[in-house]
Order: sequence, then C-alpha cells, then structure tokens
Amino acid sequence: MLRIEKIHKSFGNFVAVNGASLTVGKGELVAVIGPNGAGKTTLFNLITGQLKPDRGKVLFNDEDMTKLPTYHICRKGIARSFQIANIFHRLTVFRNVQVSVLSEQGKSNKLFSPAHNIAVEETNRILESVGLLENAENIAGSLSYGDQRILEIAIALGNEPELLILDEPTAGMSPEETAATMALIKTLAETRGLTILFCEHDMDVVFNTAQSIMVMHYGRTIVQAKPEEVKANSQVQEAYLGGENA
Amino acid sequence: MTMKNRFKSFVPYGVIFVVLLFLPPVIPRFYTYILTSIFVTALLAMSLNVVVGHGGLFQFHHAAFYGVGAYTFALILTKTSLPIWVGFVAGPVAAAMAGLLVGWFCVRLTRLYFGMLQISLGSLIWAIAFRWYSLTGGDDGIHGVPVPDFVSSSTSAYYFILILLTICLVVMYLILRSPFGMTLQAIRDNPERCEAVGINVRRHQLLGIVIATFFAGVAGVLFVVLERSVFPDLLFWVLSLEIFIMCLLGGWFTFAGPILGAAITVSLRTFVGIYTEYWTLILGVMLILLIFFLPEGVMGFITEKFGARPERVYQER
Repeated sequence: MLRIEKIHKSFGNFVAVNGASLTVGKGELVAVIGPNGAGKTTLFNLITGQLKPDRGKVLFNDEDMTKLPTYHICRKGIARSFQIANIFHRLTVFRNVQVSVLSEQGKSNKLFSPAHNIAVEETNRILESVGLLENAENIAGSLSYGDQRILEIAIALGNEPELLILDEPTAGMSPEETAATMALIKTLAETRGLTILFCEHDMDVVFNTAQSIMVMHYGRTIVQAKPEEVKANSQVQEAYLGGENA
Repeated sequence: MTMKNRFKSFVPYGVIFVVLLFLPPVIPRFYTYILTSIFVTALLAMSLNVVVGHGGLFQFHHAAFYGVGAYTFALILTKTSLPIWVGFVAGPVAAAMAGLLVGWFCVRLTRLYFGMLQISLGSLIWAIAFRWYSLTGGDDGIHGVPVPDFVSSSTSAYYFILILLTICLVVMYLILRSPFGMTLQAIRDNPERCEAVGINVRRHQLLGIVIATFFAGVAGVLFVVLERSVFPDLLFWVLSLEIFIMCLLGGWFTFAGPILGAAITVSLRTFVGIYTEYWTLILGVMLILLIFFLPEGVMGFITEKFGARPERVYQER
C-alpha cells in the first residue's frame, strides 16, 4: 500500500533522513522505532508532504506522492496526527472534528448554509468511537493533554483515511492513558479496517502492538521485520536496544 | 446552542435596529450625519475583521480596497453616462478584483511578510490615485459626485446606508457561520493542521480576502453616497491602521465587535476632535489600556461577562 524508496532529506549540513525505506501492507499495524534524532518525525513529514524529499520516492497505492502538496496527499487517503497536540484550540471539540469531516466531504467552501447542520451525524459517530462525545461542546484547548491527543486522532479519522499515520500517539501520557490509547488504536484498526503507521518510544507498546517494525538509526533503515526477528537482530541490539534505552 | 438561545442572542440587535429606524426625525441633522458616518466605517471595519479576526491574516492595507470601491463608483458617476446601478455593482466588484490580485501574491507569504507585501502593493494603488491627475484628480480627488435623487437628502442617505449595512451584516454573519467561515477560523487557529486534513489553505484564504474586499468596496460606495467626494486619503495606510485598531478595540474574536470599535473611533474623532487635533492621543491611550486590561476588546469583554458563544471569545494564552 505504502512504499518508501531510499528517501533522503537534509537540513543544511545535517542529514536527517539518509536513504530510509519502508513498506506498509494493507491492514497492517507498522511501527517505526529509533533513538531520539533518528529521523522518525522527519520521515513522517516526508510522507505527508510537510517536507519535500531531496531524493527518493513515496508511493501510495502505486501512485507517486513525492511532489504533491500536503492537502492533496490527504485527499488521496493518508491522514496523520502530530507529535505535539496539534488541534484547533479555540474551537469546540465537535468543530475540531467537523472541520476535517467537511473537508473530506468537499464541503469546506460552502458559503451560505449554516455549518451547525452539516456533517453532524458523521462527526458525532467519530467522537463516540474515540470516547469524546460527552466533551463535544467543550473548547478543545480546555481538554486534558491526554484527551487532546485523542482528539488529534479523531481529527485524522474525519478524513476517512486508508492509511493513518500517528507520530508518537502516547507521548506525554500516563501509563494508564497509554494503555487505553493503544487499545483504542487497535480497536480502530480492526473495526475500520485501517492501516496504521506509528512511531513510539515505549518499547513494550511497540512489541505488543505492531505486526512489523522498522528500525531507524541516523536516518537509515537498519531493518524492517516482524517483532521477534527485530529483537534477535544483532545490528539492532547494538544500535538501539543495547544502547541508551536498554 | 438551542434554537431559542440562538433567537435570544439576536434580540438586542433587533432592538438596536428598530431604534435606529426611528431616530432621524427626532435627532438633529448633524447627529444623523455622524450616525451614517459610523455605519459606513462600521461596514469597513466589519469587512476587515472577516480576514483579521476570523481569518487570522495580517491584512494591513485594507483601506486600499475601500478606496478602489469609492473611486470606481465616483468615476462611473462623473465620467460615464452608464446607469447608476452599474456604479453600485462595479464599486464592490472592482474592490474584490483588486483584492484577488493583491491577495494572489500575499497568500504565498505568511504573517508579517504577508502584511508587509500588502502594505507595499496597497501603497501602489494609493500612488496611482494620488498621481493620475487626469483620471482621479490627484490629491484634490473628485468632488460633487452627482448621487441619485433617492439618497440626496441626509435622511434618505441614512436609511439607504442603514439598510445596506444590515443586509451586508446578515450576509457576513451567514458566511462566518457556514462551513467556509468555520474552516477559515480553523485556519486562523492552525493552518498547518488544516493543510493536513486536506484543506487548500491558500485558496481558502484568498477567497476570504476576496469576500472581505468586496464588502470594503460596498463601504467605499456608501462613503461616496454620504460624502459625494473621493480623495487619496481614502486609500492611505493611516486609514488602514485606524480600521485595524477599530477591530482590536471592539474585539476581533467577536462578530459585532468592530461595529463598536468603529462607533468609538468615529465618536472620538468627532467630539474630541472639536477640542483638540490630538484626539488620536486619546485613542492611543485607550489602545494601551485595552492591551493590558481587555485583550479581547470591548465586545469580547461584554460577551465574556454576559456569556455567549464560548468559541468566539476563547483565546489561547
């Protein structure tokens, strides 16, 4: 479904992503791991078009995404959440999700019909599926940090993506929140038939959830394989598991 | 918000409208004139707030489009024999086209750079009006524009402008409540996130600018109806600054705030301006106090105190 071929990106002299490759099959739950600064977020930004690669290709359903603008990539079926809660702080929770549902339905440019009557059902269904329905009328900025992160995922779901990219979905969460969020992500993947690509620091979370793991180090792909194979890989142990996070 | 609440929030506006309808026969002509002048300025400030308060754009030279509307209307009435309605349509349309042209370049930049480019392009429009003597009358402007009979008395101009203002306000309200308006506010809060949910942010902002400049053009036409003259000061950057201040003063995250800001500024200019030419000093002091004590503007303060529409008055801090 998603194939990344030898992608490169540097900022000045700093090479953030140095020939990384990644394959995500339909319906899979794939994790990207690597120490801080390994280039995981940059890789995600390259996929969704926030950044343009220097070299290499991003193919989605065999279509080249490399030169498309961000909003166009999203319309092709890739939605994402961000590492830092990236929501519409001044709008209500309901409106946060409604914005992306309207965009998905191609109704963002409707000028004269009142917005409060449009896409209400779809928006409420998404809020219900992530458990934020009772907060619908609250201002998004007033939610707890954990709930803001969940809202992020809900906004991404508004686009009805085929592929959902989550950049450290549980960063800054308590252990209980982390467990609940990962359970939610698993449920979403199953009930909606979503393909999910995520990166994560918590190794337990990764090895319990992911079906395939890609390990990044200094912007390179060391290996992409099943969790058990990754654990056994000597290069990975040296670069990562045996390093700072052991 | 339930239907009943929604209706309730319109009641004060309805009352104000009815009171305004009955005012001209009972107040001196001078006050009728001041009120009409406030209406025109209020429409101008409201049009600016579409992109500033709701769109988060640094529209620093909005007066340029007000001037384009006014000049187009005045030129059609004085230099051509076209029917008058053509002038009424051409003013706003010309302003919107100028908005499209300037906006086309500006939306490629962000925040302050957007504002800087707009000041330079807007000043270019001002320079044309200021220098092209044979067409615009240069720094003299055009005076004695022959406005149609139905707006020739100060009372009829008052009613005409009040009714057009009301229509424009209703249309703006509908636009801001529509998916388009909601998305515009989402872009104000977080353009990056909007891009990532599939919204063409630049095109959306450009459409916002076209709408805002169209209404600025309407205000420009109404100015000529009231004053029967145009002059380059209409598109000078000082006026742009003044209307920006009106939005801040009244409350730029509220719908009607800029009207209040316009009323305060015009009243200050008229009543304090009689005593001293330094009335802007008082405006400046008010602005400083505002920044410290009412960061949401006067209207923002009122809605916060009397509770309505949380999403309009909430500010992240």
